[in-house]
Amino acid sequence: MRSNHQLALVETAHSGADGADANASIRGEIATIFEQVLGRPVQITDKTNIVEDLDMDSLGVMNFVMAIEDFYDISIPLDRVAQIQTVADLIHAVDDLRSGAAA
Amino acid sequence: MTILAKHSAYRTAYEGLRKQGVDPLNVRFDKVLSPTEGILNGKRTILIGTHNYLGLTFDPDCIEKAVEATRSQGTGTTGSRVANGNYDGHLRLEQALADFYGRDHAMVFSTGYQANLGVLSTLVGRGDHLMLDADSHASIYDGSRLGHAEVIRFRHNNPDDLYKRLKRLEGMPGDRLIVVEGIYSMIGDTAPLKEIAAVKRETGAYLLVDEAHSLGVLGPTGRGLAEAAGVEDDVDFIVGTFSKSLGSVGGFCVSNSPDFDVMRIVCRPYMFTASLPPGIIASTLEALVKLQAEPKRRADLIRNAHRFYNGLVAMGFETGPEANPIVAVSMPDTETAVAFWKLLMESGLYLNLALPPATPTNTPLLRTSISAAHTVQQIDTALAIFADVGRKLGFMESDRRRAGGVV
Repeated sequence: MRSNHQLALVETAHSGADGADANASIRGEIATIFEQVLGRPVQITDKTNIVEDLDMDSLGVMNFVMAIEDFYDISIPLDRVAQIQTVADLIHAVDDLRSGAAA
Repeated sequence: MTILAKHSAYRTAYEGLRKQGVDPLNVRFDKVLSPTEGILNGKRTILIGTHNYLGLTFDPDCIEKAVEATRSQGTGTTGSRVANGNYDGHLRLEQALADFYGRDHAMVFSTGYQANLGVLSTLVGRGDHLMLDADSHASIYDGSRLGHAEVIRFRHNNPDDLYKRLKRLEGMPGDRLIVVEGIYSMIGDTAPLKEIAAVKRETGAYLLVDEAHSLGVLGPTGRGLAEAAGVEDDVDFIVGTFSKSLGSVGGFCVSNSPDFDVMRIVCRPYMFTASLPPGIIASTLEALVKLQAEPKRRADLIRNAHRFYNGLVAMGFETGPEANPIVAVSMPDTETAVAFWKLLMESGLYLNLALPPATPTNTPLLRTSISAAHTVQQIDTALAIFADVGRKLGFMESDRRRAGGVV
């Protein structure tokens, strides 16, 4: 698993512009999932703090994480979930785990 | 600012509760009279919130064994089994547990919480995956953090979600351990163990079942959900506690894993804590004998649990999905839950107030645990008190409305 992550990082580094595009599309998808889980429109940027800015409780976070996992067909281990604070952190985790699975 | 200021949000919530005139974290029994009765705030009270499933805490034989062992062997062992030695009772209790479950090995821990800490942090390590039901008990979550395995959470009681997540791990090295509970402690639902066992077989994972609330409760001989579901051969590890149906304190794990005993020299929550005192071991051994010799207790327990559950459902209360000895009533909000709980206590009924985030769906719960020792009359009295308080709070009317007049 670790070596897969490293591979993924190398690939991202080699494809700078594509990486930025991928991030933008993940950001859009995440916003849609937020809206589905919360049932209201949300404005997010890379800096949005998921718990504080979106006023989510622990159950809301869990439901949201599970919806993200379903959408991308990944599992985010709990220690990774604990490290995610901002939308940028989440995009990074999704990108990382998705590439890891494909590699 | 103190070092504990970081917990101020919890403190504020707790103080909010106390302002409503209750302090659920500071219930003090003036006296405990029996498995089902105590004196609370000077009032004789029926206890329906104690997990005393088989009613064994005041069993004369269990008490006698505990007294005898304490007199002959002292109040405590003053050390761990690894450093300070085993008492005969520790070994006899492990043999008795292995015999009861029909397994090769058993290991006793000082609490059920430590059993989960110890077993989960030892069975899996770096490079392995631990698959936890999202509604797992705190001891399971804490045990998962003590080890170094990657922890993946699956949707509560959802074998398909578990399967999907195990499939995602296909091709990755390492062991996978699935952890589920026999009866979940918040709303009393059981795991779909047959289906989970099928997922385990197909994916080559190991399966651990925590039977804390189902030992002595489920199964033809009281071995728990694995026995009730007929899948004991698929369950690699069973963890449980002595503090509920066996009426004392302590935890255990049983297994057929051939090298199980290596746990004794690598499992830190087993090695670095004092072993159980002789009195506790002796009463637990006797309680395990009673559990097997007196199946009527289990029958009485099930009868009482069904009577209570069905009574609440008939009144329109929102309960968990199954009639098990844990029966939880959902409350619309914390304020109503606290008011309801306070009135129940003032009417002579003690049970547990469970508030989010400790509850699975963010709804406050009034949680009860029924005992074999309750008389039918006590169950009916408890139901009558629920009806009375429900009426006082206009609860049952609103429930009817919610149910669209069906009730």
